[in-house]
Amino acid sequence: MTDLMVTLFNGLSLGSILLLIALGLAITFGLMNVINMAHGELIMIGAYVTFVMQNIFINYIPEQYFDLYFILSIPIAMVVAAAFGMLMEVSLIRYLYKRPLDSLLATWGVSLLLQQLARTIFGAPNVGVKSPSFLEGGVEVGSMYFAYPRLFILGLALVCLAGIYLYFYKTGNGRRVRAVMQNRQMAECLGVSTRKVDLITFAIGSGFAGVAGCALTLLGAIGPTIGTNYIIDAFMVVVVGGVGALFGAVAGAFGIGFFNTVFEFWTNASLGKVFIFLLIIAFLQWRPSGLVTTRSRSLD
Amino acid sequence: MKRKMSTKYLLLLFVLSISLLAACSAADNAANANEPEEDQASEATETKDSSNQESEDTIKVGVLHSLSGTMAISETSVKDAELLAIKEINENGGVLGKQIEPVIEDGASDWPTFAEKAKKLLQQDEVATIFGGWTSASRKAMLPVVEENNGLLWYPVQYEGMEASPNIVYTGAAPNQQIVPAVDWLLENRGKKFFLLGSDYVFPRTANAAIKAQLEAKGGELVGEEYTPLGHTDYNTLISKIKSVEPQVIFNTLNGDSNVAFFKQLQDAGITSEDVTVLSVSVAEQEIKGIGADVIEGHLTSWNYYQSTDTPENKEFVANYKAEYGEDRVTADPMEAGYFGVYLWAKAVEAAGTTDVDAVKEAIKGLEYDAPGGPVKVDGDNQHVYKTVRIGEVGSDGQISELWNSGEPVKPDPYLETYDWASELSEALSQ
Repeated sequence: MTDLMVTLFNGLSLGSILLLIALGLAITFGLMNVINMAHGELIMIGAYVTFVMQNIFINYIPEQYFDLYFILSIPIAMVVAAAFGMLMEVSLIRYLYKRPLDSLLATWGVSLLLQQLARTIFGAPNVGVKSPSFLEGGVEVGSMYFAYPRLFILGLALVCLAGIYLYFYKTGNGRRVRAVMQNRQMAECLGVSTRKVDLITFAIGSGFAGVAGCALTLLGAIGPTIGTNYIIDAFMVVVVGGVGALFGAVAGAFGIGFFNTVFEFWTNASLGKVFIFLLIIAFLQWRPSGLVTTRSRSLD
Repeated sequence: MKRKMSTKYLLLLFVLSISLLAACSAADNAANANEPEEDQASEATETKDSSNQESEDTIKVGVLHSLSGTMAISETSVKDAELLAIKEINENGGVLGKQIEPVIEDGASDWPTFAEKAKKLLQQDEVATIFGGWTSASRKAMLPVVEENNGLLWYPVQYEGMEASPNIVYTGAAPNQQIVPAVDWLLENRGKKFFLLGSDYVFPRTANAAIKAQLEAKGGELVGEEYTPLGHTDYNTLISKIKSVEPQVIFNTLNGDSNVAFFKQLQDAGITSEDVTVLSVSVAEQEIKGIGADVIEGHLTSWNYYQSTDTPENKEFVANYKAEYGEDRVTADPMEAGYFGVYLWAKAVEAAGTTDVDAVKEAIKGLEYDAPGGPVKVDGDNQHVYKTVRIGEVGSDGQISELWNSGEPVKPDPYLETYDWASELSEALSQ
């Protein structure tokens, strides 16, 4: 019973991490159909922003406020990553909307560029980020133990999801984005500035990658190549969830998270990965377009 | 519509394979960062070359490490330590009255590149010797090249053993100078219930095969053995497994970024060094900086050298290294092994009176040197070195303080021939 509960929670937790890293991609790849290989590096940017914020707080801010650095890092990481996303969109991606394979190669180039940039600025070795004290430890329920960082990431993923939902489904801007994605010409005819919508949408997607990067500093290494650790998982979630469907990504993330945990619990980490890939391949045979299908301009 | 979907599917496969390539080969990053260095090196080569033609007053040596890609994290600092040794020797008059001229090449974390560059160094640059390598895969790639061309390679990293090429000098630890004594010490001081955790490739699996045989012979109990893919980031499930079997000791052979994820998540799960001792063999001062000292504090490591090792030679080494590369840099075991490797070679050349590889190989037999980590001596039979084993505990400042040492340099035994329990093992593994 305890085992089952622990596995369930672990699956939920892994699912929330996957969701967080895939949310941004669900927008840029899912909605806009840009195969953004530099998504991982946008995550990396978020992580380094957290590192820089920590150092600023250590050096310039009184010690009792130290824990605030992490809270502040989240919006700042989002803004910085979004700015990088905008830069990418303006300088590169806008020319490649109709050419997905070219955008694949071009963004891969960008990812290498960003990795090297990080290496030049911060050095090749990993850097350390100290978790804020309010995220140390955990809460014990019976014989189970829930770590605060895990609960925090779960909460953060849900907040981000809610934010995206409200933006895309409850605001005028969001409605315009969906309109452009569904039928670009028609939207243009009705006076929507598609250039602006593309730019903003891509920036939002990139911004959420930054948030994910910030959260990942709680769990893992921060170095120039961390993006490569997460990019495959992110694409996997979006594809399983269904390209073009935001909420497919949610189901995809928690599904993969749960099955991965169960497989890993039964066998081991390497075999667990193999099984999850097998499962995904089989699943895509059955439903080639993922869990949820929606029409978007990419599918027409 | 249907057709569009299958193109999309193909596209995705392409994406996945590309990103796998990106993750694995990592030859990609061969770009900017190391270019200045190579430029410098080639400039140096040019200027020296002109003088070379007149008087031959330099001796060329190869320095071959990954300066780009995933291994750059670890290998650049070893390269720095080797260049420091070369610089120091040059300032003291060089060897045989000649200056040493390093030819720096980038192995780019890509094993075929190591073989290629080693060949280039030996055949084209005609270097007297090569200092280089980190992973066992890079060493295995260079081995046939140095043997065919009768070169001499100085390999500075601890490894799984079961090898003794006459053309390689192994200045890192053999298993009996790191892993075997660590297991003995843990059994005596920390408990009998062992959990083996490693990355899924040759070194951890070979090392753990030896540890299992040792545990069986010494009355230890194996409660679990797990491997995770290189670059694995989620240890939640594995930590649940660890919790359910309650080991007293976790013997950690994880490599690279996984260490950061493992230690952070272990702490998150409420498991401290008081509940279970984790002893790592791939975590040194440099890696601790990336993990965060507060996360790994109290856990153990096993090496032959720490920055805190108390010898006069080490004080000088640490001071010189910091003066050369910056106050915030740390020194670690493989860097020390790279550093004294250069000195051992220089000493052998002086003794032989020539840089000829056969003569130098003869001269290194039994050669002794006072390294920062204590006295070392080359074993003439297998080209490994006698080294002192040190088990240390990570402190809150990220430095490792020594808990135990072997007292005297331990004779290297790469095939574990002197251990009864390993007799079947070495046959099976060396095949």
